[in-house]
Amino acid sequence: MKTSIPETELMTSGHQACQGCGATLAMRYALKGLGEKTVMVLPACCWTVLAGPTPRSALSVPVLHAPFAGAAATASGVKAGLLARGDADTQVVAWAGDGGTYDIGIQALSGAADRDEDILYVCYDNEAYMNTGIQRSGGTPAGAWTMTTPGKGGSPRPKKDIDAIMEAHHPAYQATATPAYAEDLVRKFAKARAIKGFRFIHILAPCPPGWKYDSERTVALSRLSVQTGLFALYEIEAGRFRLNMNVAARKPVGEFLRGQGRFKGLTPEAEAAIQAQTDARWAALDARSRAA
Amino acid sequence: MKKVLMGNHAATLGATLARAQVVAAYPITPATQVVELIAEMSAKGEYTGQFLRVESEHSAMAALLGAATAGARCFTATSSQGLAYMHEMLHWVSGARLPIVMVDVNRALASPWNLWTDQTDSLSQRDTGWLQFYCATNQEVLDTVLQAYKVAERVSLPAMVILDGFTLSHVYEPVEVPTQAQADEYLPPWTPERRLDPAHPAGFGALEGPKEYLRLRHRLAQDMERAEDEVDRAGSQFGRLFGRDYSCVETYRCTDADTLLLTSGAVGSTAKQAVDELRDEGFKAGVVRVRLFRPFPAKSLRRILRRSQRVAVVDRNFSQGQQGIFCEELKAALYGLEERPEIYGYVAGLGGGDITVELLKEIWREAADGQGEKLEPAWMEDPR
Amino acid sequence: MPRLKIDPAAPAVRVSTIPMSVNKTGSWRSQAPQLHSDKCTGCNLCWKFCPEACVAMVDGKPVIDMDHCKGCGICAAECPPKCMTMVEEAAS
Repeated sequence: MKTSIPETELMTSGHQACQGCGATLAMRYALKGLGEKTVMVLPACCWTVLAGPTPRSALSVPVLHAPFAGAAATASGVKAGLLARGDADTQVVAWAGDGGTYDIGIQALSGAADRDEDILYVCYDNEAYMNTGIQRSGGTPAGAWTMTTPGKGGSPRPKKDIDAIMEAHHPAYQATATPAYAEDLVRKFAKARAIKGFRFIHILAPCPPGWKYDSERTVALSRLSVQTGLFALYEIEAGRFRLNMNVAARKPVGEFLRGQGRFKGLTPEAEAAIQAQTDARWAALDARSRAA
Repeated sequence: MKKVLMGNHAATLGATLARAQVVAAYPITPATQVVELIAEMSAKGEYTGQFLRVESEHSAMAALLGAATAGARCFTATSSQGLAYMHEMLHWVSGARLPIVMVDVNRALASPWNLWTDQTDSLSQRDTGWLQFYCATNQEVLDTVLQAYKVAERVSLPAMVILDGFTLSHVYEPVEVPTQAQADEYLPPWTPERRLDPAHPAGFGALEGPKEYLRLRHRLAQDMERAEDEVDRAGSQFGRLFGRDYSCVETYRCTDADTLLLTSGAVGSTAKQAVDELRDEGFKAGVVRVRLFRPFPAKSLRRILRRSQRVAVVDRNFSQGQQGIFCEELKAALYGLEERPEIYGYVAGLGGGDITVELLKEIWREAADGQGEKLEPAWMEDPR
Repeated sequence: MPRLKIDPAAPAVRVSTIPMSVNKTGSWRSQAPQLHSDKCTGCNLCWKFCPEACVAMVDGKPVIDMDHCKGCGICAAECPPKCMTMVEEAAS
């Protein structure tokens, strides 16, 4: 079979993910890019459950469950331990949700990036604390309904710009990705694998129960996030910026927002504000891309 | 080779002689020098292990969770607030059965701020499944770090080596430093049964249901219990190699003493002087220094105290809503004896106050007269 | 009163080594994918986009592992010639 991404599966079927889970697509593709000489460090997040209860595992690589606030620190330690044992080849990956990245885990993340730990830190971002039942996180976009922002207008604050925060740490490599662009995602993981120093990949992972849409639309929504410009695909390697997809004729943001129950309460004014912010962000990305 | 060392540096040399492969630590008064010496040795190429300048104590223990699961021998050092900050991780690494060794320099916990020696910080962690050793001299600190690794790796549980802030950590004492060859003979490399290895992929720490969790905790309890004998064993093995014997509990002039002082840490050393003076005055005094606190050496203490009439426990710590912690645990350990001594609880020196020879003699005299408080702890202070 | 007795040979720590595929998630389905194979071009997008990794390509056509398929519908939604459709799962 001729495939656009490697055939070998390092994630098994039979995991406990919801139907249409974007986080499992993300992991499936990431492992295709990383290969089997990988250790996965999982803090508290959906993947804590998806990895399987003892004695089962949904991953064909070694896994270490880590504390919620300490994924990046634990991964740093795993790397040091492997080096102490003479293993410089095995990739150490911290695989955290937006909660463990934007909020409770940000201190350890910043510390690891600051020390230029030779680890790959991945945030699979479903834009809320999904494992505990859909509560607002620093990654929740403005206007989104969650269990802790159930009122009119949804979440009052904008999504934290985690990519800018990480860029300020000058990592060896950082990138964004989303499952609809599987080849791009796999390529970025394979690339990250070959780079030494601190690397950060931010994956937008749609979530059917959290975003409130029919499970069949996960890939479609992932694609729309890019086509509307709400999620930009880019990489920065040793400070050099590269826009992977310059979406010239962006679809209106409404195509992404509508059909997601979490944005049901969005007023036309709020949607217009989102469109304006997206346009502004793209103007900046465009300029940056041309300057690069 | 004899060197004059502060307690903190004795701790560092213990860890480097133990060939700790990964150190992850954060500075905090009065433990900072443990880490600074590692940094200095690292810069000079004298320490060739991995040294992570983590950004918090919680991250220090989280990093060691990772390093130990990867199969490396690990070390860190902290005190009071830092120890409290890593509390979640203390439970984590003991449940993961990782033989990490940590030095805790006793310091009082805020609020309010206080920098001086007080055992409440380490004793607050008594439920976390860590072995706990309380040292009385800087020599003992270095020696105990080596023994802690030996016992920890035998029972697969983490171990804390504890010393008084400033009174030991910053005071210079002569210490006989073993050679690397001697340390290697005493402590061979760690060979973990399981570790992170892509050649043999496995998941560590995933969800367990009630049935299995109960069994795993029971197993931990059994391994913790046998640590009491393992500590004595490791201590006599140490004695055979280095000429300095160690055990769970140290007794001094107790053989014909009806009334004993019972204490721990550097106060254990001061208490010997108090006992010597009382003896010179014609009193039959003795002191029991509890070195191993976790597991609580109930077997050893029952054997030692069975025929004593009175024990005055001096606690430089307090469990609010209860009493001094060594006193409380001693009462529990002796409860099952048909004949047991009167136990009098004394609390002193919280926040670093001096526990003087005079104060200890006062306490002993009160207890010997049978005038001690039987139920409530007596809070004491040397008025000078 | 039942005293807890533990197996002294049991390890002090349990690890996960059994693949999760023993868990047959096919029972979760309320709808199942159905292939109209004459229209199928063998593009393997269904294989690519399956979150369960339960699509195999056999002789250029998808074969879905019904022991694990949760019926999410992504394969049908992404199929370019629309030859994969979702049908109601028969009540078991």
